[in-house]
Amino acid sequence: MNKPVRNLAVACLVLFAALLINVNYVQFVEADSLNSKNNNKRVLNEEFSRDRGAILVGGDPVAESVRSKDQYEFQRRYTNGSLYAPLTGYFSYTYGRGGLENSQNRVLSGSDNRLFVNRVVDLLGNKQPKGGSVELTINPAAQKTAASGLEALGKDTKGAVVALDPRTGAILADVTQPSFDPNRLASHDPDKEARAWKRLTSDPNQPMLNRGTQQILPPGSTFKLITAAAALEDLNLNPSSKVKGGTSLGFGGGITYRLVNENGSSCGGDPITFEQALDVSCNVSFGSIAGRLGQKRLADQAAKFGFGTDPLVGLAANPSRFTAEGTDLEAPQLAQSGIGQYEVAASPLQMAMVAAGIANDGEVMRPYAVKTIRTPSLRVLEQTEPERLSQAMSARNARKLQDMMVSVVQKGTATSAQIPGVRVGAKTGTAQSTADRPPYAWFVAMAPANDPKVAVAVVVESSNTARSEIAGGRLAGPIARSVMEAVLNK
Amino acid sequence: MSSPVADQGTWFPRKRRGAELVLVVMATLIGIGAYAAVGLGAEGTVPADVLKLGGAIVIVSIATHVVVRRLAPYADPVLLPIVICLNGLGLAMIYRIDLGCEGYCLGGDYQPLANSQLMWTAIGIVLFIAVLAVVRDHRRLQTYTYTFGLAAIVLLALPLMPFIGENIRGARIWIRVGPFSFQPGEAAKICLAIFFAGYLVVKRDALALAGRRILGIDLPRGRDLGPILVGWGISILILVVQKDLGSSLLFFGLFVVMLYIATERPGWLVVGGSLFALGSYAGYLAFGHVRHRFDVWLHPFSDPDANGQIINSLFGLAHGGILGRGLGQGSPQLTPFSFSDFIASAAGEELGLTGLMAILLMYGIIVERGLRIALTCRDGFGKLLAAGLAVSFALQVFVVIGGVTRLIPLTGLTTPFMAQGGSSIVINWAIIGLLLRISDQTRRPAPEISSFDQDEATQVVKL
Repeated sequence: MNKPVRNLAVACLVLFAALLINVNYVQFVEADSLNSKNNNKRVLNEEFSRDRGAILVGGDPVAESVRSKDQYEFQRRYTNGSLYAPLTGYFSYTYGRGGLENSQNRVLSGSDNRLFVNRVVDLLGNKQPKGGSVELTINPAAQKTAASGLEALGKDTKGAVVALDPRTGAILADVTQPSFDPNRLASHDPDKEARAWKRLTSDPNQPMLNRGTQQILPPGSTFKLITAAAALEDLNLNPSSKVKGGTSLGFGGGITYRLVNENGSSCGGDPITFEQALDVSCNVSFGSIAGRLGQKRLADQAAKFGFGTDPLVGLAANPSRFTAEGTDLEAPQLAQSGIGQYEVAASPLQMAMVAAGIANDGEVMRPYAVKTIRTPSLRVLEQTEPERLSQAMSARNARKLQDMMVSVVQKGTATSAQIPGVRVGAKTGTAQSTADRPPYAWFVAMAPANDPKVAVAVVVESSNTARSEIAGGRLAGPIARSVMEAVLNK
Repeated sequence: MSSPVADQGTWFPRKRRGAELVLVVMATLIGIGAYAAVGLGAEGTVPADVLKLGGAIVIVSIATHVVVRRLAPYADPVLLPIVICLNGLGLAMIYRIDLGCEGYCLGGDYQPLANSQLMWTAIGIVLFIAVLAVVRDHRRLQTYTYTFGLAAIVLLALPLMPFIGENIRGARIWIRVGPFSFQPGEAAKICLAIFFAGYLVVKRDALALAGRRILGIDLPRGRDLGPILVGWGISILILVVQKDLGSSLLFFGLFVVMLYIATERPGWLVVGGSLFALGSYAGYLAFGHVRHRFDVWLHPFSDPDANGQIINSLFGLAHGGILGRGLGQGSPQLTPFSFSDFIASAAGEELGLTGLMAILLMYGIIVERGLRIALTCRDGFGKLLAAGLAVSFALQVFVVIGGVTRLIPLTGLTTPFMAQGGSSIVINWAIIGLLLRISDQTRRPAPEISSFDQDEATQVVKL
């Protein structure tokens, strides 16, 4: 009977080998992916007991972990929570993480591979591992100015401000209103946390939406900058070229629809100069230019400025669009698209990138919010290098368009953005939504025109201000100006 | 070889009791060290009673060793230390889960288990000693073959009786007498093994040789296979009624394996394997709870709320990683029933891959030693019994640890010597007692036959 026993011994060996291989698989190979699963309370508990790294703005922490006396060792605290919430996001036990708290989690929690040596040192020293810190590109003065500008329009006004450094793509301000206080979600009291989460997620005003990067709206007349760029590039127009003006634009071929200007104006004649067309934001001129360009060239120009892609790393953003997927524009729709209506939708970030691209002589930089990542001992781990996204237009044409934008501020619709002693360029926009809602007020600007330091886009979605009062220049212009002043130290 | 050689060239096996003593002391220290480490890790201080309790454990361990030295001097020297080590680690883990679970587990109704587990361990050791003392020769058990068969069926049926039977967590496999609850199925395991061994060793030739050949397999005659089929069938039936998947699987495996050893015909493995596959498939189709187990196994993350147990087990293992969180520093209480079925994943979390592999290897060595005893055993009954016990031990470890590490679908079986549960720990100590008894018998030198130099005294016819 020994032979069967020997065979069974081999079988038992196989069983135990299978067990050993399997635990190696679970505890070694699969461990990382299991540890990063949602609702893994062990990892969460550990993260909550850890000295999580800070998120810094201008050297001061806007999110940091402080000692706590309750069931976890540390409490996440947000200074100026709602001001920086669109960037920091939140850090919640039950509801996970958002924003940079999520995308930079490995660094902040100290589990990043580049922090391995630190972890080993901490392990040997029997110290709790610490997280690395993340320094943002945000200019605190600009951020605060933008927020108080929106707040001045009324607490229930929805809006967003995004400011960029045109030369690098660094995000100088990213403000959204309404915002939320991430401190409430960081509460260690599960009931408080649940109440806060419920209130935030059921709020029809979507306070957790980063309107600066996630909300895409019809950009209205600010889109004329892109139409103008395409005209300079592809139609060889000059600021002094004559383009169609007048009160309305017809399309022939039995189409009765006519594209008209706001308030029925005539744009000051027909024909008018290209520069004047932008100064007065003439719908007829840009509708006609869009028709001359055609859908493809206009769409290509928009894409060169970043439409259709999500350029942002580490923060939630939605790509802007020129048309919905697969739309073939008829002549009237093409004209409407040329003035930023119909299916065109853009985020404030995208429109800031347009202004920044023009200001930076046609070169569009990839926007970024994280400047430096440091180890717990403040050694620099990673420094974001500016990266070129595309050359949207030639430098020569970009300078022409800069001059045209400056002209809009000096004698056009954007006089509210004038800063004494600074050549500011801008473009207003007022986009129609539905008849029962007020239109969106847009304002994009950049300064100074020859040596760009800041580009900004402001959108005000709705306001108690009477409908007729809404024009990008009046509502959004002063906010854009004060943000530029904050960056330029004026 | 430096082994002592008798004058006539007879080889005397070494008793190796000294080696056992050293290993027993080491194993005891591992258990006590684990207990102290749990206190340090979870509460920051060494438990106050570590010296008192540790001293008592050292005394009991060494006493157990002395009993083996007396009652089974030639027994295998490795089994006892390994069992003491596993038992000690299990106790420390249960104490650790007590600390983590208090006011948290079972909806806050959790009662500490370490003390009762310690008591059951003591009862187990007493039973272990009793087995060595009462069963002086394992072959005597063979005379009670049918008695054990009947006992197995009675034990299995007990939980179905009114008044004493208890339904806990959907399986009716418990009896409660006064304050004690017990799983008689564990005891039935030994009884069945003895019954199978006793029966098969008598009938093995008939089973192997008499019969007809059908489809290339020699099928034995009905009258040879009948009694054992009936005994086994009743056992399985009872288990199916009780919804005890793990034990059904274990008993079926035990039966097939012992039949294979007795007849030396691999065909039985093929028949058994096919029957198992068919049975599993039928169970999958017929029973919702079997189907559910399969689905949970294949797609645990499809329903994180319902499959929290296996998910948390995997999370615990992953969190433990290679070196573990350290005793007392993980969160095994997050896994429901980490003190019983899922104790292996609790150990994996706190002792890491390294510790869990060490535990698996210790189980592996128990199986290897059991099979080695079977190989060297001189009588068929002991051979069958030792092999059956060893293989069923291997199957049990595979089924339960494979289940909690998601190698195979989860079925409820206890982790020998570690999981909380009185019946399991007591019966496993008895099994080790039996194995040591067989091993002692096997390695003991044949009784010296004195040379017949008293010819003169017995001469009938004087020469």
